[in-house]
Amino acid sequence: MTISREDIEKVAVLARIRVDDEQVSALENDLGNILDLVDQLSAADTDAVEPLAHPLDAVQRLRPDEVTETNQREAFQAIAPATENGLYLVPRVIE
Amino acid sequence: MHNKSVAELSRELESGKVSSVELAQQFLDRIKQQDGQFNSFISVTEDQALTDAKAADEQRAAGNATPWTGIPFAHKDIFCTSGVRTTCGSRMLENFVPPYNATVTENFRKAGAVCLGKTNMDEFAMGSSNESSHFGPVTNPWGLSKGEKRVPGGSSGGSAAAVAARLVPAATATDTGGSIRQPAALCGVTGLKPTYGRVSRYGMIAFASSLDQGGAMARTAEDNALMLNVMAGFDPKDSTSVDRAVPDYTATLNEPLKGLRIGLPKEYFSDQLSPAMEEQVRSAVKEYEKLGATVQEVSLPNAKLAIAAYYVIAPAEASANLSRFDGVRYGYRCEDPKDLMDLYTRTRAEGFGTEVKRRILVGTYALSAGYFDAYYLKAQKVRRLIQQDFINAFKEVDVLMSPTTPSPAFAQGEKTSDPVTMYLEDIFTIAVNLAGVPAMSVPAGFVDGLPVGLQIIGNYFDEARLLNAAHQFQQVTDWHQREPQ
Repeated sequence: MTISREDIEKVAVLARIRVDDEQVSALENDLGNILDLVDQLSAADTDAVEPLAHPLDAVQRLRPDEVTETNQREAFQAIAPATENGLYLVPRVIE
Repeated sequence: MHNKSVAELSRELESGKVSSVELAQQFLDRIKQQDGQFNSFISVTEDQALTDAKAADEQRAAGNATPWTGIPFAHKDIFCTSGVRTTCGSRMLENFVPPYNATVTENFRKAGAVCLGKTNMDEFAMGSSNESSHFGPVTNPWGLSKGEKRVPGGSSGGSAAAVAARLVPAATATDTGGSIRQPAALCGVTGLKPTYGRVSRYGMIAFASSLDQGGAMARTAEDNALMLNVMAGFDPKDSTSVDRAVPDYTATLNEPLKGLRIGLPKEYFSDQLSPAMEEQVRSAVKEYEKLGATVQEVSLPNAKLAIAAYYVIAPAEASANLSRFDGVRYGYRCEDPKDLMDLYTRTRAEGFGTEVKRRILVGTYALSAGYFDAYYLKAQKVRRLIQQDFINAFKEVDVLMSPTTPSPAFAQGEKTSDPVTMYLEDIFTIAVNLAGVPAMSVPAGFVDGLPVGLQIIGNYFDEARLLNAAHQFQQVTDWHQREPQ
């Protein structure tokens, strides 16, 4: 299984990870090897098999739609890289 | 005092031979004197530990002691500790101080245990050698006297090395594909990965949520039972926590093993296993026969597909879980981002290490349009086949036994050049996580002066039986008492 340079560049954008040009060939090699390993799966006969998402086949628990948590904005924002007036700061998005 | 188990220390405290403050100070001194050679701790929380130890002594004086009151231990640096830096071994969280406690953290706190610090680990628990930590590799205490620098295993390598070196009597750990059992085996300590859902994942930094499970590491099975007594239980804050009664895991440790049915999966005694390792494991199984157990061969025909299925499912879940690290709300942020995309992509490129980025990229690829069915759905189907193998095996036997790893601790740097070589280190441990069943690693001998682990796998929620089997083995062997020089 080979993974192309273009595939890696596309996936890096989807994953929001900057990949420099000099890293791409190492990733082509490593990801190619991992996908080779994973390709063993194609040999398995899984025609009548249901996918297993949770080992105990549990379903999502529901609870009453009630407010149970208190507001802790200050505690949470105290560890943020940049805040102002109770808001998280990011670079300008709209000119 | 440093050679005593949690159970023994608990009795010493109860009898008043030593105080919690004295005990904490002794272990803190050992960490200070010795951890330079192991690097098993990322943070040592001396002041907090001494404050907590003083409070524990007061609780005991007031007659409110539990078996854990005043016992020193350490948390893997994946469990959030309110007010104490929690890094997950990553630059991304190098300065992250959580505003809350993990449920596991809270449980030990309520029991009165004294946390001495946070142990080193592979970054975001991704690794089998503790070499991917942003805070440097951990060195296995075994082999050091011969000048060898060997890996402790991973990802809970710091916890395993710290327990082996007697820097703490016990430490928490987590296991997604072998991250408790493999380092326990390589460092000669006893480790337990409980059934998926038995221990709350709340506040345990997520890697692959359908596989991650918190567990125990200590020198004895009895101490593992004491740890699970504190850790196990339903938690409404964890959506996959299981609402099921928790037994006293120490109550059944002394049950006789007569009639215990042991299965040896033939796929785990294959050519990947060195003859010297096999000999150790088979002689451990002979000890069980002497204790009255019966042994038969069983088959896990789909086990050979476990690594392939895991390296789709775990990276896919990791790519989703780790998308939260965006440089906006907490954690690392790159310098001078020019726009939002630059903020995200550079923060993540600089904040994550090589192996973490590799897995996020693989996972993103496996989940991307056009590949989802071929990779993720296919892997989940194979996952059910693997689970069915275990269900079938447990119709015939009570426990499965195998080597924990194909070989003993390897040298630092030996397997870092090719990720797939490292992945194969977990060949005997990974299927257990896919099925969600519990398993232990128990010290069972030595090869070339390095510890060998016996893996014992149980049926769902059969932790008490595993602990019983491990404890009885430790009554007739002393592998778990051997100390690295």
